[in-house]
Amino acid sequence: MRMVAALFAGLIFGLGLIVSQMINPAKVIGFLNVAGDGWDPSLLLVMGSAMIITTIGYKLVFKKDQPVFDQDFHVPTSQVIDRRLLSGAAIFGIGWGLGGLCPGPAIAALALGAPQILWFVAAMLVGMAAKKLALN
Amino acid sequence: MTTFTPISALIGGGMIGLSAVLLMLTNGRIAGISGILGSLFEPNQTDRTWKIAFVSGLFLAAFIYGAVSGTTVEVALPHRLELMIVGGLLVGFGSRLGGGCTSGHGVCGVSRFSKRSIVATAVFMAAAIVTVFAIDVAGGGL
Repeated sequence: MRMVAALFAGLIFGLGLIVSQMINPAKVIGFLNVAGDGWDPSLLLVMGSAMIITTIGYKLVFKKDQPVFDQDFHVPTSQVIDRRLLSGAAIFGIGWGLGGLCPGPAIAALALGAPQILWFVAAMLVGMAAKKLALN
Repeated sequence: MTTFTPISALIGGGMIGLSAVLLMLTNGRIAGISGILGSLFEPNQTDRTWKIAFVSGLFLAAFIYGAVSGTTVEVALPHRLELMIVGGLLVGFGSRLGGGCTSGHGVCGVSRFSKRSIVATAVFMAAAIVTVFAIDVAGGGL
């Protein structure tokens, strides 16, 4: 059941990215380009809407003692703001600005078969492996 | 250049939120794509199955969307291939180093009022905006 629920969650996540057009790098860059003419604030509403639903939903879910198919909630507890967090976020942000894709939309857009997206995902996996090898 | 699409943005964003809530309710997990994807390839993972299932759902969504709506998903790729490759490398490396991306930090973390996630989200948003501005000024890519 865990697998079915996760598959279903992944599917809804992907459909949400498609409906909101966040799998379109031009749409993402249209938001990030705040200084350009014809700024497209759509991404702000996508994030806002997702955050509101998640905030309310998490509040309700965390009232339960445990998840439906597991013994515990696996939630990060660290509050440390260190150099890794800051430099990682900055490096990620630069990459996001360059490609117009972050990990979720990149996977959801793979099915479209565009060579740029295939290359982006391949490079992303190499980047993930490089982090693991270099810094653990 | 793209146009503002508030309705589809709100609906799509709501679906992303529902997905995050569903994954927490059923599996007790954060819907952080970089974490799920990155840890898939690490040795000694005991809980690979739900991660593979989630990523499969994410990958299959475009096919389901196409079959149900009868339309194809349109994307415009504004950048040259080398920008996509460098972008991919940085996204992969940075998201793992910083412990999350737009979904894990941006949606799930901020919604838990995690201090780390709020800071990370502010930093990657600012970095991305500056990057796009720099490319624009340099006259490349877009």
